[in-house]
Amino acid sequence: MTAASAPPRLTHGRRRESFNPVLRAEWIKFRTVRGWVIGLIVAAVLCVTFTFLTANGTHEGSCTGPSPSQTTCQAGHPFVPTGPDGEAVADSYYFVDQPLTGNGTITAQVTSLTGVTSTQPVNVAPSLADTHPGLATWAKAGILLTPSTKQGSAYAAVMATGSHGVRWQYDYTHDSAGLPGSTSVASPRWLRLTRTGHTLSGYDSTDGTSWTAIGTTHLTELPSTVAVGLFVTSPVSFQGSNGSATRATATFDQVSIRGAGASKAWHGLSIGTDPQDFYPTLGSGSYHRSGGAFVVSGSGDIAPGVGEGLLGADTAGSTLLLGLIVGLIVMIVVATMFITTEYRRGLIRTTFAATPNRRRVLAAKAIVIGAVAFVTAALSAAVAVPLGEHKLNANGNYVFPVSTFTELRIIAGSAALVAVTAIAVLALGTIMRKSAGAVTGGIVIFVLPYIIGSAISGSAEQWLLRLTPAAGFAVLGVLPRSPQVSYPYTLGNGYYQLGPWAGLAVLCVYAALALGVAAFLMRRRDA
Amino acid sequence: MTDAVRAEWSKLRTLASTGWLLVGTVILTVGISVAVAAAVHVTSGSGQDPTKLSLTGIYLGQTVVAVLAVLAISEEYGTGMIRATLCAMPRRLVLLVAKATNVAGLAFVAGLVAVAGCLLAGRLMLPTDGLNPDHGYALVSIGHGPTLRAAIGSVVYLVLIALLSLGVATAMRDTAVSIGVVLGLLYLPSILAQAVTDPLRRHLQQIAPMTAGLAIQATTNLRSLPISPWAGIGVLAAWAMASLLVGGLLLRLRDA
Repeated sequence: MTAASAPPRLTHGRRRESFNPVLRAEWIKFRTVRGWVIGLIVAAVLCVTFTFLTANGTHEGSCTGPSPSQTTCQAGHPFVPTGPDGEAVADSYYFVDQPLTGNGTITAQVTSLTGVTSTQPVNVAPSLADTHPGLATWAKAGILLTPSTKQGSAYAAVMATGSHGVRWQYDYTHDSAGLPGSTSVASPRWLRLTRTGHTLSGYDSTDGTSWTAIGTTHLTELPSTVAVGLFVTSPVSFQGSNGSATRATATFDQVSIRGAGASKAWHGLSIGTDPQDFYPTLGSGSYHRSGGAFVVSGSGDIAPGVGEGLLGADTAGSTLLLGLIVGLIVMIVVATMFITTEYRRGLIRTTFAATPNRRRVLAAKAIVIGAVAFVTAALSAAVAVPLGEHKLNANGNYVFPVSTFTELRIIAGSAALVAVTAIAVLALGTIMRKSAGAVTGGIVIFVLPYIIGSAISGSAEQWLLRLTPAAGFAVLGVLPRSPQVSYPYTLGNGYYQLGPWAGLAVLCVYAALALGVAAFLMRRRDA
Repeated sequence: MTDAVRAEWSKLRTLASTGWLLVGTVILTVGISVAVAAAVHVTSGSGQDPTKLSLTGIYLGQTVVAVLAVLAISEEYGTGMIRATLCAMPRRLVLLVAKATNVAGLAFVAGLVAVAGCLLAGRLMLPTDGLNPDHGYALVSIGHGPTLRAAIGSVVYLVLIALLSLGVATAMRDTAVSIGVVLGLLYLPSILAQAVTDPLRRHLQQIAPMTAGLAIQATTNLRSLPISPWAGIGVLAAWAMASLLVGGLLLRLRDA
């Protein structure tokens, strides 16, 4: 008889090993190599330093004096109006107005709209003597109602434009289209704007009898007495990257104003055309009456403020750029070494012996380097961005106004850019297994496209900034595009080709691709 | 000295990577130039510099030359080979000079082939883009004085980039760090220059190794350059000498 006890049975076959020890091992590897931790500190310090240097080297001011050696310069920037929502706006036009108390309706027939374009580049003070005929596409002539003629105040307007038909616009950013086609004596445009309480409505017509509503808006805080009248303005027109100031002249016929508080005393007013105003204008505008008609000339724009070129604006992102690139290069070196050193020293064999599942090693390394890069970049950007803005302001530069949320987005976006790049370069290092190839590849693939893109122009720039990892730098973009402003939206003017998150997504695709190849090769090759 | 040069030559010659990097330099340089020549399209007749346009590839080709020069010494540190080398050649400055001679020679040969390829591409491709005598542009030809200067200067530029990289790598001793430093030194000042205003921008372009050195490629509108062509090459030469000097000094002072 045998009473041998049964051998203990394995109740669970293969126990799934926890991922945490792998992650912990990689973290300990990273933090105990002094050179890499120093590398992180160097990246952070360089990022902040170069952001400061950029901001410190950017001065804006006006210089006056008899000769170049005897000029006196004063820091300061031209006046940029701020719109109702705190955004930068252009608000320069010629206005023939009168006060209107209470409800009312103003009607006018635009019988002609013509224009001239300065032959001088936009940085030379334009003069009416050097012009050639040419109407800007967004030249505007119409009826405008505003509580105040101060720049940046709320308004609503119905207008004929150079080649965008009749439009209804209010508060700079809102726009809706009416009758298409251009304006001439043969096909005049009738415009009408009504006020009923706080409600403003715009109408257009081809004959002055059958009217079509284009748009309506409620302007809150509209006082009982407002200014209404005829306005003309004509924005800078661009041929490629060269802008020229323009001026438009419109004839208004059959002008009528109905309302209890209407008077008949019109007076002309030039708004936003002083030398200290930022928007380049061609003359300051004028009006005269010929018979029953008003002939009004004006230059400028009533639209969102766009572009570094016109605004002379720096942004929170533009100062951070150089620091970010320097930090990125250091991070590329650190991320490469995090894997290539293991191959060079043979440590990778020990690592794989301890964790035979190689994809886990790669995942743990990616998480560690990504987290480390994210935290380092976020801290650096959080210091650098406010520092750069402070210095820009101190140097008299105009800093494009952005919300706190946008600023946080720049900081988080930059950190994500650095983290994703670090992970991609780690994958590249895994593929190459050698420092030289991985670092060069990392810099050439992730940094150089942006540098080349910022040096060239045209369609090559657009594709480079959409399709290469340079797209990720779009996280720095803050300037708004506006369909109501015809402007070269290029990198040179501060515009990225993609939205911030779309750009980051392009970079993520590259990183995912590199990680996929790295995971595949790591499994297939002997270490 | 001759023995030292020959020893270093044997080492470089028998490395598989050397040949690949040299071929890579030529292919990348000529390839970028061909791509640029194919992409450029001119309608108005001013402002372009056909020679400079043909030599655009140097902008990227220099990275490969830099990697070649860095590897020439940093890999010896990486593998520990440097101790055997110094055992055989105890005079460390001789070693550095021997390495510099070889690296410079290789960069010269690669540069010569690459520049010839670039100019040939410019000669053949640019006229079809509108850069032809009909629009007031002369054909790219080394019979033309400034073009010859740009061509020779571009080869010299690559040689000096190689020496600069060798000096940096001798000081840094690590491949990854050296390449990061060299590429940062080359490309960063051009972005910094875009970010700041004159006169700082102009000074920066005058002292930065790449922007100063590449002034040699300009053949038209020389007045608008931040620095004159040969003075620019002089600035780059000063960078190369300084880096070799620092590298040499550290090589002598430190244990391997």
